[in-house]
Amino acid sequence: MTESLHNILVAIVLAPLIGSILAGLFAGPLGRKGAHTVTIVGVAIACLLSMYVFKRIAIDEIGVFNQTIYTWLKSDGISFEVGFLVDNLTAMMMVVVTFVSLMVHVYTIGYMSHDEENWPEGSGAGVNSYQRFFSYISLFTFSMLMLVMANNFMQLFFGWEAVGLVSYLLIGFWSVRETAVFANLKAFLVNRVGDFGFILGIAGVLMYFNTLDYASVFAVAEQHKDLTMNIWGDEQWSVMTVICILLFIGAMGKSAQVPLHVWLPDSMEGPTPISALIHAATMVTAGIYMVARMSPLYELSETALTFVMIIGALTAFFMGLLGLIQNDIKRVVAYSTLSQLGYMTVALGVSAYAAGVFHLMTHAFFKALLFLGAGSVIIAMHHDQDMRNMGGLRKYMPWTWGTSLVGSLALIGAPGFAGYYSKDSIIMAVGASHLPYADLVYVMVLAGVFITALYSFRMYFLVFHGEPRMDEHTKEHLHECPRVVTWPLIALAVPSVAAGAVFVSSMPFGDFFDGAIKVAHEHDTLAHVGEHFHGWFSMFLHGFVALPTWLAAAGVGTAYYLYMKRPDIPAMIERKLSLVHWVLDNKYGFDAFNQGVIAAASRGLGRFLWKVSDLLLIDGLVVNGSAKSVGLLAAVTRHLQSGYLYHYAFVMIVGLLALFGIFILQ
Amino acid sequence: MSFEQILFYVFSSFLVLSAGAVVTLRNPVHSALALVLAFFNSAALWMMLEAEFLAITLVLVYVGAVMVLFLFVVMMLDINIARMREGFAQLLPIGIVVAVLMFGVMYQVYNGDRFAPGDMPVPTPHAADYENTRELGLQLYTTYVFPFELAAVVLLLAIVAAIALTLRRREGTKYQAPEKQVVTRREDRVRLVKVPSEARK
Amino acid sequence: MVALSDYLTVGAILFCISMAGVFINRKNLIILLMCIELMLLAVNINFIAFSHFLGDSAGQVFVFFILTVAAAEAAIGLAILVVLFRNKRSINVDDLDTLKG
Repeated sequence: MTESLHNILVAIVLAPLIGSILAGLFAGPLGRKGAHTVTIVGVAIACLLSMYVFKRIAIDEIGVFNQTIYTWLKSDGISFEVGFLVDNLTAMMMVVVTFVSLMVHVYTIGYMSHDEENWPEGSGAGVNSYQRFFSYISLFTFSMLMLVMANNFMQLFFGWEAVGLVSYLLIGFWSVRETAVFANLKAFLVNRVGDFGFILGIAGVLMYFNTLDYASVFAVAEQHKDLTMNIWGDEQWSVMTVICILLFIGAMGKSAQVPLHVWLPDSMEGPTPISALIHAATMVTAGIYMVARMSPLYELSETALTFVMIIGALTAFFMGLLGLIQNDIKRVVAYSTLSQLGYMTVALGVSAYAAGVFHLMTHAFFKALLFLGAGSVIIAMHHDQDMRNMGGLRKYMPWTWGTSLVGSLALIGAPGFAGYYSKDSIIMAVGASHLPYADLVYVMVLAGVFITALYSFRMYFLVFHGEPRMDEHTKEHLHECPRVVTWPLIALAVPSVAAGAVFVSSMPFGDFFDGAIKVAHEHDTLAHVGEHFHGWFSMFLHGFVALPTWLAAAGVGTAYYLYMKRPDIPAMIERKLSLVHWVLDNKYGFDAFNQGVIAAASRGLGRFLWKVSDLLLIDGLVVNGSAKSVGLLAAVTRHLQSGYLYHYAFVMIVGLLALFGIFILQ
Repeated sequence: MSFEQILFYVFSSFLVLSAGAVVTLRNPVHSALALVLAFFNSAALWMMLEAEFLAITLVLVYVGAVMVLFLFVVMMLDINIARMREGFAQLLPIGIVVAVLMFGVMYQVYNGDRFAPGDMPVPTPHAADYENTRELGLQLYTTYVFPFELAAVVLLLAIVAAIALTLRRREGTKYQAPEKQVVTRREDRVRLVKVPSEARK
Repeated sequence: MVALSDYLTVGAILFCISMAGVFINRKNLIILLMCIELMLLAVNINFIAFSHFLGDSAGQVFVFFILTVAAAEAAIGLAILVVLFRNKRSINVDDLDTLKG
């Protein structure tokens, strides 16, 4: 049985890779139809097999698959391997990743069908861009699968960097646009900062555990609980805290937590399908997944958990606020992604890993849905993304409207929808936490619910209701998108509604993640909450009297009042609270700070190193200087070179005498 | 003074004297002949050290071949001896000083504590049936067989190099070119001329 | 009985004479080559003396190799000398300063 699973797992990973290689390297011969066929077939194979694996592992409960597939090298007792660890957590991630990826592949056929219009005439990069795009997203699927299926830190890091690479390639996909190039560079650099912490964390693990294998690290983690280390000065740091915080810095970069969130809104420069796949549903959740996977380590450090929780709460609350004032439809969704990632991080912080991962799953569905819906709107609007030019699209695009409404309701946590179950679990877990500052965080996440509802429905009302504000030409051409666009929307809408109710009793409150996620007894907030849990239906009913639901409803109401009934009020608020608006408009000054201080300082340092260290010291003094001094010396010593044999013989004999002299006198 | 010691002093004084002659005589031909004498004497010394094979080799190879080559070259070249001897008188003191210094140093080394040749046990003479050639051959063809092959290659190289250096084609010399002779065709050699016959008058 | 140091002294004297020869005949290339032969001879005497007194025939094997190399060296040296004379009409070391820096 295990053997067949072994082959299936290899096939799951390789199918998208093969598709990607075919589409990427044989773009010309395959053509557009060939490229999207091979990649979709590859991802579909991976998706179906993932579902099979999920069934075997999670439902038939055949046990955890943990096996090394290939040993890359062994050095000093440490082996670097490619191996798969498939338990319930991994199986769930595999299904989410491949399913969303499949939907996005199909959707891309429609979205990118007129991609040649996005490139200037005769642009070399525009050749076969359609095939290249498919190759990239298949490559992404491969990388993400490698990341989630890893059974060791080395492979985790490989997947981590590979998804980062693909993300970089795809943000800058339209490489002729200056903003896209800026955005992908920004994403790359900010991720470097996170990865720096991440690799230091892995190095820490290697240093103290002397292995990179998950199972062996977790097995002995408990014994390392009280170790301390000396970083500088005499202060002793708990090893576990240092490792966990360093790993979390990696997660902050990848999952866009404050203050490393700045790249995510800008990443919306990429094509919408990848905003849905990479920058909402899957890649950005890699950090959440990683922390959940490392739960046996995080449980040993309360300091690290508090740090995680506070960062998550800051992200959830303050990034949500930014969503209120954005006019670009994709940026609103991007900020809501940031905010939802904050929720997941908060869940990790309060040791409700299962709830965090559960939210990760539901969020993947409804956020991909929202992004693809936004993309559908953008197609209809001829790539105009400004919400102020939309309005009243409901009657032109019924499918997009319906599915977007489902996505929005799921996002704000309307009772019964997937988001309700996952987000409510998190909020209740925060309420039950005993970590320091947990009360404050509880208030922040509750306020976040109101804000989420407000910005989601602001977007919804501005786009689908009210008077059409677009110009006449666009209006004439408004129509529903083709089936390759709407079908993925419908396919994603189904789990956005149903996934919560189906899995709520097993995932956050059941034993679904037992074995994969380890929670110390004193941190087990979910168990505490779970005592009051009596099945999905009672939770659904409870939703109508719970505080978060009313906050969400209040948010929807406020949005309706402000943007449908009295559109003059937002403008008035903007005038009255101009300072607040200014702060929000500048995104709290993170970008200005990064560019004005950090980037400028780096450039200054670079210029100093270039001008002074490189040109003056190295080139001038060391390289040219030594050449010059050799030249000078040679100009003097060339006179020793008389060319007469007997002079050389004389020098030889004198040398011989001197050597003899040393020999004797010793 | 034993007979052996007398022999040693005779041979070695001849050796030193002939060596002195090599470096001081005016005529290079005389120098070469003095060198031959030096080789003979050292061969005799080697014989006393029971290195018979090498002693004979020295005579055969050096006196018989190398020194003849020297003489050959000296006689072949038309050397201006007078110019060669310029500065002989001035350089002689320097040479002597260097030689004495060097000898002093070497003597120090020999008679210092490092080698202590005086402590060396006197070797027992070999038995009458001892064959130096056989002993050397055994060494050469077993332990030192690879260096021996290398030495052969070095000699071959020397032959090839010496010939390659000195070989030159003179203008106007006629050679046979067999490769051209072989590929000759009839047309290159025979020309058929058709001569129209004339009517008899 | 002739001691080892006697042989070594003969070798040393021979070496020093040939070295002095290099100095005082510094213009005549042929004599220089002969001096080098003499030096090698001095070295060989040392080798054979040690070989005899240590009872180790490896020393003689080395002399054998030195003789080989010396013969090769003499052959090539003389060949170069001939070519040199052919080109320069002289073997005076003073005329050979093309390597001057």
